[in-house]
Amino acid sequence: MAAIRLLINGTPHDIDAAPDTPLLWVLRDHLNLTGTKYGCGMGLCGACTVHLEGEAVRSCQTAVSSVGAKKITTIEGLSSDNSHPVQKAWIAEQVPQCGYCQPGQIMSAAALLSKTPHPTDDQIDDAMVGNLCRCGMYQRIRRAIHRAAEGA
Amino acid sequence: MPELLARLNRRQFMVKGTITGAGIIIGLRLAGSLHAAQEDEKGPKKPAPNPFDAWVHIKPDGRIFLIVAKSEMGQGIRTGLAMVLADEAEVDLNSVTVEQAETRPDIYPHMGTGGSGSTMENFTPLRRAGATVRTLMITAAAAKWNVPAAECQARQGTVLHDKSGLKASYGELVAAASKLPQPDQEKVRLKDESEFRYIGHAVPRVDIPAKVNGSAQFGLDVRVPGMLFAVIARCPTFGGKHSHFNPAKAKAIPGVRDVFEIPPMGAEMFTAGGVVVLADSTWSAMKGREALQITWDHGTAINETTQSLHQLLRDAAKKPGKRVRNDGDVDAVLSNGAKKIDVLYELPFLAHATMEPMNITVHARGDSAEVWAPTQSPDWVQGTVAQVLGLKPDKVTVHTTFMGGGFGRRYMADFPAEAAQIAKVVGKPVQLVWSREDDMTHDFYRPMSTHRFQGAIGKDGRPTAWFHTLASTSIRGFWDPKAPPESQEVGGAQQMPYAIPNVRLEFNDASSAVPRAWWRSVENSFNGFAVECFIDEIAAAANEDPVEFRRKLLVKPANWKRKDEDDVDPARLRAVLDLAAEKSGWGKPLPKGTGRGIASFCSFGSYFAEVAEVTVKGNDFKINRIVAAVDCGQIVNPESVRSQTEGAIIYGLSAALKNEITIKNGAVEQTNFDAYDPLRINEAPPIEVHLIQSKEECGGMGEPALPPAAPAVANAIFAASGKRLRKLPFQLQSVET
Repeated sequence: MAAIRLLINGTPHDIDAAPDTPLLWVLRDHLNLTGTKYGCGMGLCGACTVHLEGEAVRSCQTAVSSVGAKKITTIEGLSSDNSHPVQKAWIAEQVPQCGYCQPGQIMSAAALLSKTPHPTDDQIDDAMVGNLCRCGMYQRIRRAIHRAAEGA
Repeated sequence: MPELLARLNRRQFMVKGTITGAGIIIGLRLAGSLHAAQEDEKGPKKPAPNPFDAWVHIKPDGRIFLIVAKSEMGQGIRTGLAMVLADEAEVDLNSVTVEQAETRPDIYPHMGTGGSGSTMENFTPLRRAGATVRTLMITAAAAKWNVPAAECQARQGTVLHDKSGLKASYGELVAAASKLPQPDQEKVRLKDESEFRYIGHAVPRVDIPAKVNGSAQFGLDVRVPGMLFAVIARCPTFGGKHSHFNPAKAKAIPGVRDVFEIPPMGAEMFTAGGVVVLADSTWSAMKGREALQITWDHGTAINETTQSLHQLLRDAAKKPGKRVRNDGDVDAVLSNGAKKIDVLYELPFLAHATMEPMNITVHARGDSAEVWAPTQSPDWVQGTVAQVLGLKPDKVTVHTTFMGGGFGRRYMADFPAEAAQIAKVVGKPVQLVWSREDDMTHDFYRPMSTHRFQGAIGKDGRPTAWFHTLASTSIRGFWDPKAPPESQEVGGAQQMPYAIPNVRLEFNDASSAVPRAWWRSVENSFNGFAVECFIDEIAAAANEDPVEFRRKLLVKPANWKRKDEDDVDPARLRAVLDLAAEKSGWGKPLPKGTGRGIASFCSFGSYFAEVAEVTVKGNDFKINRIVAAVDCGQIVNPESVRSQTEGAIIYGLSAALKNEITIKNGAVEQTNFDAYDPLRINEAPPIEVHLIQSKEECGGMGEPALPPAAPAVANAIFAASGKRLRKLPFQLQSVET
């Protein structure tokens, strides 16, 4: 176990965890930030996606000791009131069914749009291919990203 | 409250634990005739002592709560049911809240959510309940104003008397209305369809805002003070068990609290047993499990492989079986010199692979227990946990959480049984977490099946014989060897809707150690594929256009009447076929290498036709688009109908294009999404959904878009390339033209 300081959604948190613990489980079990989801534990499904300095990363593949001083943003930190353009677009397009993968989808989409404000369909594919949706809402995800690009 | 309760009869009184607060309580009886097949198969239930199984509670401020035993699993049920009630009650939709009923099988005899039943079972009773609310309010207002009720009308939570200009909100009328006798729900006036304000109109789902900011609580998100986390090491081979284990290295992992064994549980629960690692966090529990040293006794299933099962099923499909349908004389036609086709279709086991792996949180407190479960069947969870803990069911409180996908998997009682075994030992709240690997290797799989088809075509190009021999590793064969094994295997094949004079369906069961149960659309998933591909084969053999060929065979006899709820109305099926053909541009020229395929199928009371447009290049292909036509009867929320159609098609295409569970050494070979990879965004074709504005009874929507998806694509590949795919998932390289 080691004392580790993390900067999550603008707030510093001191946690005590084994250095190899994936960031995912620190968020969920140590800090009760359960919006970030466990889906596969191997970086295959994207349900655990968070931002590290604005980059979409799979928190299940990110050892907590590797984060250092980098800023972490989770779904809880995207906005406090569903006002982020991606969240607004997700509601407008009625994207979620079960909703379990959606925090990861939204974090991937938000990272894409911050770098590429008006992505093409191919750019959407490249950015979102790592996020599985078992409810199959891909067409809505694509529409919502285009909508968010227009300011939702 | 005392006044309210005094007005309730003895039976209504039973609900007082469920509903608190003054106002009006209206009990309603959700249709008893339409229950999910899944529930029926759990055996006859004791008749409930209560005539009502859902409740409408109008609070003194006019807000309306619907208390109903249905789980929200992404199908939008909390929105759809509220729409129906609000429409007939004539209130603003925002004033209606749907609440998950507490787990009380004595009050709610059918708590299961499955079989695509939540809307079709509840539509009419909810309309009657809503109309009862409206009638009560109008009656109360008319009495208050001393005017005829016929001169009053209700609009959006207010009763109006136009002649005098008087008006009163429902909130103002609740007290007076609560003293009135409740009208007979069978006799209250229902709205004319033209008056619907919400039913049939797209309404945003109420569960969505919480699902875009991480606040929606799924089973894995349950956090209870003092809780611990557990994982189980289970024998990979079905039916196997651990013969020895050494906990020392696991216990040395920081955070691990305990390591202990649990025995397998028998029929209905079907748990594997194994070695439990209990820890302070999920990660410590998983690390502890990795460090365990276990010797497995693999048991008798060790020799089972996909190859051995294929052989078993092929042999079974070629033998005479139990005759399920027999029209005319198939033998006579097949033994004469007519043009004949004799082919085999083969479909694999499939895992549900819900995005949220199985999990459940249980706190056993000795004389009672509390459970937080992402489940489609909270009553089954309650009974199972009670049984394992030696408690009466009413001592077990079950909270149903959101769930990250159900698809039938969350009907099961295995993970609740395991968690109860663990909770009994631990005494503190404990969350049992299944890893993705656990979830994929210890599912209850869609049965593996092989279909032999023998068909004959007359000189006039019309089919004269259809002989389907279905062999599967049946669900009933796994659950109850004494039950007729075909009972959950033949649906959709038995109702084969095409007017062919000689039709036979026979069934043979094949045994396997692999657990089986209900996968989205159950047997319709494999029968829909086989039937809709084979009719396409016959059309091709007859040199006929696949749409025209089907149209000629979808004949509704003048005296046609639905005798059984599974009967298929040929006219409704033909109507969706025509709509899908029209919207897809059927018959219009396509570039070389591109083709269209169609499949039409009825299940769960809803009719679907889907056209796939596919481009084939060598052994690769791309689905350019899918056009779906839907007749699900009366539409409640068209947005949900579209969403479910899109989702079920993608779920079906994942199985068609990519997914297969294979068996080696009696164990599942695929352990994660690397080897069992559902469709991804770059592979998902655009889907167009066209709705028929039907006035027929509500059909189901969770499942019936799935069965036609795979055959539509297979038939399109044939049209584009001449390759006939008879095995899932598709592999073009293994097929000759």
